[in-house]
Amino acid sequence: MNIPKDLKYTKEHEWVKIEGDVATIGITDYAQGELGDIVFVELPAVGDEVKQMEPFGTIEAVKAVSELFSPLSGTVKEINEDLEGDAAIINTDPYGAGWMLKIENVPESEVQALLDAAAYGKLIED
Amino acid sequence: MNTPLIFELSSRGRKGYSLPKCDVPARLLDQTLGAANLREKDASLPEVAENEIVRHYIRLSVMNHHIDKAIYPLGSCTMKYNPKVNEVTAALPGFTQLHPFQPAHSVQGALQLMYELARMLAEISGMDKVTLQPTSGAQGEYCGLKLAKAHFDRIGQKRESVLFPDSAHGTNPASVTMAGFQPVQVKSNDRGILDPAALEDVLDDRIAVLMLTNPNTLGLFEREILRLTEMVHGKGGLVYMDGANLNALMGITRAGDMGFDMLHFNLHKTLSAPHGGGGPGGGAVGVKRLLEPYLPVPVIAREKGNGEYCFDWDRPYSIGRLHTFYGNFGVMVRAYTYLLMMGSAGLRQIAEVAITNANYLKERLKERYDLPYDTVCQHEFVLSGDRQKKQGVRVVDIAKRILDFGIHAPTTYFPLIVSEALMIEPTETESKASLDQFVEVMFQIADEVEKNPDLVRSAPHNTPVGRLNEAAAARELNVNFSD
Repeated sequence: MNIPKDLKYTKEHEWVKIEGDVATIGITDYAQGELGDIVFVELPAVGDEVKQMEPFGTIEAVKAVSELFSPLSGTVKEINEDLEGDAAIINTDPYGAGWMLKIENVPESEVQALLDAAAYGKLIED
Repeated sequence: MNTPLIFELSSRGRKGYSLPKCDVPARLLDQTLGAANLREKDASLPEVAENEIVRHYIRLSVMNHHIDKAIYPLGSCTMKYNPKVNEVTAALPGFTQLHPFQPAHSVQGALQLMYELARMLAEISGMDKVTLQPTSGAQGEYCGLKLAKAHFDRIGQKRESVLFPDSAHGTNPASVTMAGFQPVQVKSNDRGILDPAALEDVLDDRIAVLMLTNPNTLGLFEREILRLTEMVHGKGGLVYMDGANLNALMGITRAGDMGFDMLHFNLHKTLSAPHGGGGPGGGAVGVKRLLEPYLPVPVIAREKGNGEYCFDWDRPYSIGRLHTFYGNFGVMVRAYTYLLMMGSAGLRQIAEVAITNANYLKERLKERYDLPYDTVCQHEFVLSGDRQKKQGVRVVDIAKRILDFGIHAPTTYFPLIVSEALMIEPTETESKASLDQFVEVMFQIADEVEKNPDLVRSAPHNTPVGRLNEAAAARELNVNFSD
């Protein structure tokens, strides 16, 4: 299972990459494997506010539709528009080209509460 | 797979008929219809001989899986054998030659059949009145929710939400949204059923309807049903039964007696009309007296004086029409035939054998597969492929491998509350030998998962096509032929 060390994680199987005051968000390799072939993602608009642990969008795989929960609160700075045409990128490259959102104005306290790679690895083992 | 489309078999001028010499003067089409109404280019219709068309479709039917070929244990779909006598009656010229615009006095037989079928369904379900108009289970749900909406509008109550358990069919929340309500999910308990305490937490006077499938999608009877319906009624709400799993109840118990106010029947599941391939289906809806004023028009009724069957359009509170004309009539003929052939004792036997078959399979298969809710089931049960997943084989792989043995796969990844779910419904029409054959296949696959997982992961091997790109099929579907 691929769990990059430099990322942060949530129980809902999202990853977060913090760069300065911008957080990039996507779903983990484990999540894409559980979902199976992903066919569609619905993301918020740039400028929308997202709240920690509240749904920011939906992800549709061949077998089920699930909600996407925001790991952090903030303002949407950028969305990955490539996913609109081909959501399957999330299956092939969940940590790279399959990223979903970049958000800014993230409270520092929320970042501290995220899981590190070791803790997330233990979570999916159980 | 290299099978040409019927269009590719076409050869200009070839035909599969020969007509006698025309004995009336020929008239040109543009004189009859007007030149402006004629198409500019010929329609691209296939031109083939009779034997070519027969061979083409026989070839396709052999490649397909269907219930005339082998067991079809697709959970929650009740893929029972469809008796051929249904086709005999449905093909009677007195039915097939009707036109929907014929006046009622000239179609008395057809109307009588619809009238009596509706009465039989009412009796089976303990309801007061049945509409045959909806053409699928989902449309039945939509119909029921629109009836509820009409009812609450009429009595001036604003109720916005509809409850359903987390084991519900996906159509339930979809129908809720389509009908203009807010869907609210309720968690089932660790025994897989809905707990009165969980309902209590979400129940208030803004709830319009509780939708429940009974037995539910885990194949478990909702044991608290009397208490649950009583609680909803206590808050002024209504209770809808998703009748997808009616096969387990017929002749034993009735939705009306459990406190449901409405339900839908799947004529194409429970009552042996053909199922699959996108229709046509039959999603009749039964209601208690309270909801009768809102039923779709026209309602099949009898004239007061002479007792003739007629269409009643004079229903000011009706939600309107749900389908062109009167629903899928051919499906009704099949369901009516089935009910008459079975009789009331037969209906009870259907339920009893369906439940026995499911429990037999469950007890045998739990040896090699996980069974998260290990209890007596109704007409179906849900295994989990968690044990096989540890070997790196997913339920989707197991399902594909089953196809290699000429058997249709069970429902996979549903209900959502079971991980790696494999939902199995054998129906009453399978013999013990057929069930045993299915068990052998499932055991062999369990062995393969342990000894040769790649064989399962790369399945199917014996089907006309291998693994399809399901994502592309869902998103880039193109069913138009063009040359």
